[in-house]
Amino acid sequence: MSIELIDEPVGVHPQEPVISARDVRVWYGTTRGAIRAVDGVSFDLAPGETLGLVGESGCGKSTLGRGLMGLLPDGAKRDGQVLFKGRDISSMSRKAAYQMRGRELAMIFQEPMTRLNPLMRVSQHFEETIKQHAPALSRAEVRERALETLRLIGIPPTRYKSYPHEFSGGMRQRLMIALALVLRPAFVVADEPTTALDVLVEAQIVQILNDLRRNFGTSMLLITHNVGIVAEACDRMAVMYAGRIVEQGSVVDVFKNPRHPYTRALLRSTISLRTTGLNFIPGAPPDLVDPPDGCRFHPRCPDAMNVCATHNPVNIERPGGGRIECWLSGPDDQIPAGGKQPLKQEGLAVADEA
Amino acid sequence: MSRAGSGSLPRYILQRAVLVIPMIWVILTLVFVVLRVAPGDPVSAALGGKLDQQALDQRREALGFNRPLIAQYWDYLSSVVRFDFGTTFSDNQPVLHVIRDNGGATLSLTLAAFLIALLVGIPLGLVAGRYRDSAADVVIRLFGILTYAAPIFFVGFLLQVYVAKPLGLPTSGAASPITVFTVKPVTHILLFDVFLSGNGTAIEDVLKHLLLPAVTLGLLICGVFIRLVRVNILQTMQSDYVEAAEARGIDRGKVTWRHAFRNALVPVITVIGLQFALLLGGAVLTESTFNWPGLGQKLVVYINDRDYGAVQGIVTIFAIAVVLISLLVDIVNALVDPRVRY
Amino acid sequence: MMRGLLGGLAKPFTQTAGLARWMLVAGLVLTAAFVVMAVFAPWVAPYGFAQSAADGARFPKAGPPGADHWFGTDRLFFDVLSRTIWGARTALEVVVLSILFCVAIGVPLGLISGYHGGWLDRILVLVMDAVFAFPSFLLAIVFSFLLTNLLGGSVIAVALSLTAIYIPQYFRVVRNTTVSAKEATYVEAARAMGASDGVIMRRYLFGNVVQSVPVLGTLNAADAILTLAGLGFLGLGIQSTDAAEWGHDLNRALADAGSGIWWTGLFPGLAIVLLVTGLTLVGEGLNETLNPTLRRRRLLPVVMPARAETTITGEEQQ
Repeated sequence: MSIELIDEPVGVHPQEPVISARDVRVWYGTTRGAIRAVDGVSFDLAPGETLGLVGESGCGKSTLGRGLMGLLPDGAKRDGQVLFKGRDISSMSRKAAYQMRGRELAMIFQEPMTRLNPLMRVSQHFEETIKQHAPALSRAEVRERALETLRLIGIPPTRYKSYPHEFSGGMRQRLMIALALVLRPAFVVADEPTTALDVLVEAQIVQILNDLRRNFGTSMLLITHNVGIVAEACDRMAVMYAGRIVEQGSVVDVFKNPRHPYTRALLRSTISLRTTGLNFIPGAPPDLVDPPDGCRFHPRCPDAMNVCATHNPVNIERPGGGRIECWLSGPDDQIPAGGKQPLKQEGLAVADEA
Repeated sequence: MSRAGSGSLPRYILQRAVLVIPMIWVILTLVFVVLRVAPGDPVSAALGGKLDQQALDQRREALGFNRPLIAQYWDYLSSVVRFDFGTTFSDNQPVLHVIRDNGGATLSLTLAAFLIALLVGIPLGLVAGRYRDSAADVVIRLFGILTYAAPIFFVGFLLQVYVAKPLGLPTSGAASPITVFTVKPVTHILLFDVFLSGNGTAIEDVLKHLLLPAVTLGLLICGVFIRLVRVNILQTMQSDYVEAAEARGIDRGKVTWRHAFRNALVPVITVIGLQFALLLGGAVLTESTFNWPGLGQKLVVYINDRDYGAVQGIVTIFAIAVVLISLLVDIVNALVDPRVRY
Repeated sequence: MMRGLLGGLAKPFTQTAGLARWMLVAGLVLTAAFVVMAVFAPWVAPYGFAQSAADGARFPKAGPPGADHWFGTDRLFFDVLSRTIWGARTALEVVVLSILFCVAIGVPLGLISGYHGGWLDRILVLVMDAVFAFPSFLLAIVFSFLLTNLLGGSVIAVALSLTAIYIPQYFRVVRNTTVSAKEATYVEAARAMGASDGVIMRRYLFGNVVQSVPVLGTLNAADAILTLAGLGFLGLGIQSTDAAEWGHDLNRALADAGSGIWWTGLFPGLAIVLLVTGLTLVGEGLNETLNPTLRRRRLLPVVMPARAETTITGEEQQ
């Protein structure tokens, strides 16, 4: 029903990634020192691909999404490379980067209730956004474009003139999605788009996100703490822990053969029909002002080795495709002698206190 | 009107209007209790020493002060409903006439002051909030605090010594006697009457007289607007919808104007209603400072005469005005903010 | 315990940046200066507030500022500097008294109203709302009109007039906190153990509720000073010979404005402006530090070290 909307096959060479992040760091200033919320993250996103970014709260996944968009609070710093279709966004002028937002890069936020201007009608939100990036369009064309997008997202045209407060939370999230996609951006960051919604609505929104590729040809970074959503809506997944992506690969493969102990723990802790007992990861994520030496997960890792406490794990090719950084997967030749001995954990209480 | 949910607007106004009645009743009761029940015998307070005992008794009788309190209360309420606000004791004229003769001057003073406060306060507040912690912000905030901290009569004093004297501006009254004499009273509001008369020199005369009092009173409210607008801008600039608009790449200027400013101004409308109360209080002081022939100055004169009848009548009028203004503000608010109608 | 208290007191200073902090400090310094002046007025002021002669020599009438009288003298032969200093004492007395009255009346009323609810609560809320909606300065005028009739133009009468206009605020805050606090588990527990209403209110609710009073008091103090001066200006406050009061002095100064005598009005006026500014700065400064939506924390600048090692995660996966 909607194939005609891919008005042109997205103008990228099939092999060239839409987004290619290289060693991105985003640090926040605080009263105590810098929080290393994102500390050296690299990934690629192919056209039309959805990458699920999962991790515990506070691991830096939202910061990464905002960092890609350039939406950072005062006192935050970003470096590294973010290549959008080959152009480095992070080295662009502020103005040029700002103008890409909405047209090339878009964002869907966690809480839809407060993201729309309460004094503006839905129609005005759309007109404003479209006019900003396509000023040549006539009023009728603007309207047509907006209604088309709303229809695809499941909002009837009769609601076009309504005010935000006349919509439920789920409907507002649909509006936000439509607003993000109305200009057919090549890349969308969806930051926990279903967390604030109830379960039934969540399923509908996930379905909409799932259809995006077909309807809009958009690449998406889907940030969530819900592994189930990743399984449903993503092609590849990246697992983030304490500011770093520790494992990434195809969803099927990572679910089947999780290599990183943290990925295993994360997958185990989700509840399914076969769940017989609740699993959780002991301890808490580390303090990102002063993260632990070596692998940041080693204080909580059941399989930690001596090397893990002293040496940063190396980012290597993951068996089965993707990347991983964990000494368990190697490279063995860089592990010093005796490094493979199991680490004597000093009890998790220490990690708890962090 | 194609407003979404427009059906609820008239209903909202009606609901709000119905609520005004008990509010006025409570305030009237309060006025009655404070002025009639508490003080004992108002007639001898006002006229004691001026009239002999027999005449005093007659006045008491005529004004109904020897009747039971509950009957007096009923009289008071029912006469207010008939727009009868009683008579003054000292010069024995209907309070309504006092209002007619002096209300216009107070109205033009407060309107002019309000206009000045809005025109100065809102832009300054917007700039201060938008460019937080800049030099402009510091200066504007300090200005706002100073205008609030400086009492009306002190500003009036400074203006009289340092502005009016060098420039030869009038500092007393609403117009020269000649203007008052030549302009035909149509609306009984001098400011409007001179414009209706089209007499150039009279208009100039009236505006000259209005300038300093209006600036003095306007500065008082202006500080409140600066503070309020600034704080609201700070909050809306951090709001989720502003960030979302920035994420859509909307022009910074448009984000600031359409999203942050407009939303910041909504609560200002509500507070304008509260400022009206402050404005009335300030008007009393401004009128006394500049010898402005308004209700506030008249009130002070009657108070010094210990004239309970006049005080009660004028206070009643002020109270009703405040409640009605707050109703008006709520209606305007509902027109501007679609959420209120729910 | 002691350290926690000090830490709490210092919090507005340690956690604020730039402007908010300066405002707070400047406000505290200004306010403290006036409090010192008020408390030590007899020693700070060169003369008494109603003294028109010293060492047998009469002061000049409306004499300009000079060596003997730094701020000049007024038409009643009084020394303007002395009256300005003594005026601080009057202001402090009135404000402190009115806050005490407000607490003594508003807090118990709010407690009882919030705790018992029912018709008493409804009536009190209605009345208080009506008082609150009324132009506060007009209300102060009416009350001082009545009270000076009854009590004469004394400090107490003016303080009571101010009390009348601020009580609704105390009532409202205390009542609302009481309503929410009485559902708290520790109050339920006390009730379950058979504590009487009086004990619950005194022991459990009072301590909880009374915390919001100092903040309110600071906020009202600036307004109270202005109202006091306004009443004095209208001649409804304190008489010149009873105490020095800035507003009343300004009223007398206004008559001089036409003849170019500026010193009789300028100094008491400046005193009001400075004190109210000081109190407002303290209030705004506290607001900026305590209100999370306005607060701007002092952030340490972020310094990103150059890439450590060669973990420039070689993702050239061509």
